[in-house]
Amino acid sequence: MADPVLEIRELRKSFGALKATDGVNLDLVPGEIHALIGPNGAGKSTLIHLISGSLAPDHGTIRFLGKDMNGLNMAARARLGLARSFQTSSLAQEFSALRNVMLAIQARQGSSLRFFRPVMRDRSLIEPSMEMLEKVDLADRAHVPAAELSHGERRQLEIAIALALGPKAFLLDEPMAGMGPEGTRSLTEFLDGLRKEAPILLVEHDMDAVFALADRISVLVYGRVIASGKVDEIRNHPEVRRAYLGESQ
Amino acid sequence: MRPALSREATVNAVLALLLLAIPLAASAAGQTFYVTLATRIALLALAAVGLNIALGLGGLVSFGHAAFFGLGGYAAGIMATHAFNSEPLLFGLEASTSMPVIWLVAALACGVAALPIGAVSLRTTGVYFIMITLAFAQMIYYFAISWPAYGGEDGLPIYVRNSFPGINTATPLSYFLLCYGMLILGLVLFRFLRDSRFGAALQAARQNATRLSAVGIAPFQIRLVAFVISAMITGVAGALLADLNRFVSPSMLSWHMSGELIVLIILGGKGRLFGPVAGAMLYVLFEYALGSYTERWQLFLGLILLGVVLFARGGLLGLIAGRERHG
Ligand SMILES: Nc1ncnc2c1ncn2[C@@H]1O[C@H](COP(=O)(O)OP(=O)(O)OP(=O)(O)O)[C@@H](O)[C@H]1O
Ligand SMILES: [Mg+2]
Repeated sequence: MADPVLEIRELRKSFGALKATDGVNLDLVPGEIHALIGPNGAGKSTLIHLISGSLAPDHGTIRFLGKDMNGLNMAARARLGLARSFQTSSLAQEFSALRNVMLAIQARQGSSLRFFRPVMRDRSLIEPSMEMLEKVDLADRAHVPAAELSHGERRQLEIAIALALGPKAFLLDEPMAGMGPEGTRSLTEFLDGLRKEAPILLVEHDMDAVFALADRISVLVYGRVIASGKVDEIRNHPEVRRAYLGESQ
Repeated sequence: MRPALSREATVNAVLALLLLAIPLAASAAGQTFYVTLATRIALLALAAVGLNIALGLGGLVSFGHAAFFGLGGYAAGIMATHAFNSEPLLFGLEASTSMPVIWLVAALACGVAALPIGAVSLRTTGVYFIMITLAFAQMIYYFAISWPAYGGEDGLPIYVRNSFPGINTATPLSYFLLCYGMLILGLVLFRFLRDSRFGAALQAARQNATRLSAVGIAPFQIRLVAFVISAMITGVAGALLADLNRFVSPSMLSWHMSGELIVLIILGGKGRLFGPVAGAMLYVLFEYALGSYTERWQLFLGLILLGVVLFARGGLLGLIAGRERHG
């Protein structure tokens, strides 16, 4: 296997007595979709927070592109190429969909300490942003404030923003959550193509999507990875069936 | 797609023309009092334009902007005093009575003060941010009171209004026009800033700081720069106000002043280009119209403020020009 883009070793995080992340080891290699599944409260989102830098671990290391992420804040990690989406959409609510994407393009182009040129007349921001919106089928809603978008549209916008960053890895926290069957189907197809651009760590409850997309699956229960492997290995893993899949059937 | 002139642009133009026409007419009629009143409006508005960058665009409720307002005022006062007495400033530097130099000094002093104040305050958010900015301003206030060299509690008179090349600053109307020009300049600056990349990042930091971080822009730096620019503009307004009153005192540094600037912005419409102008007009008009009937005019102001906060969050401009749209 190629060198991993993301390497997580012995990661721990507690909230009081609750061990939300309990000695997690995980890799993400180029070209793959690595699905992270597990029951509610297993610590999947916590792991995404730890990797993206919105939470600090108690112990353990995260290496991204060979670099130790310890001490780097969320913005610095994003600049290095870690793009994330949020389980609950997190957008600049008053800004239009377009301006939300433009923010990512602007960040990617370098310093935001530019005070004079109006962004709405800056084609180097608008054009690539429209392109991203087109990719997620949101171009016709470009000028609608994020607050007025539907739930599904907000999920699409999150993906467009992550895409606009041109990242080296995607961390997607339940991108399908609350999307209708049609939305789920088209997003599945979309993510399938996305792995060519950068590997994806995909947290997802929708098992059809996971089995369709994942190259590897890791199963998280009570903060621990209880199994990790190819799709078929996980499907037939007795402990997984008991701890997780069994529950949802 | 859009009409040639949006409703907000029309309202802004009317406000700008009104503020210009009234003192012109008053001056023609020999009523210099109204010229001075309009100058006060322009300068309070300019100070609030500065604060509007931090508060309106950045959502940073600084309860300490009087510190910068007063610091600017003292810059004008101290320079004038030294020049009047022919005493050099620090390091043997000659004091200047030229306003451009004084404004530069005021802006730099405020920038230098705002950098550490902002760097500390911006580690906190919400009510803690409000309290820390207040605490810093109070420290400067008490320092000014207890420092006898520049008048202490009694304040510092400016015997001769500082000068501006090519303008007789002693005539009320020309001084108004100078202040009005500075207000327009401040508004132009605000507009550029708001619509720029920096402005986009700053407004995103207010709406959702996590989102801004997630795209790779650290909210702290953006806010700090905004805080510093905001303080510098308010400082220049302070220097101009000290010259208008020919007097500067610690009251310019007091928390009442900080509150007044916040009230102006809320009344007029926070984050709106002409919010501070509308707010300052309303505030000074109130002070003047009701203040002559009753000492308790602030009670009425309080009621209006209550009404705005409860029923018209967008302030006067929101009421007249509707909600703001971002591209
Ligand atoms: N900031 C926090 N403070 C305290 N406890 C927290 C915090 N964040 C998460 N937890 C707890 O940690 C555990 C793991 O939460 P997490 O959100 O990571 O689960 P998850 O696997 O993403 O669940 P879901 O599938 O419901 O999204 C839960 O018990 C949660 O209540
Ligand atoms: Mg979760």
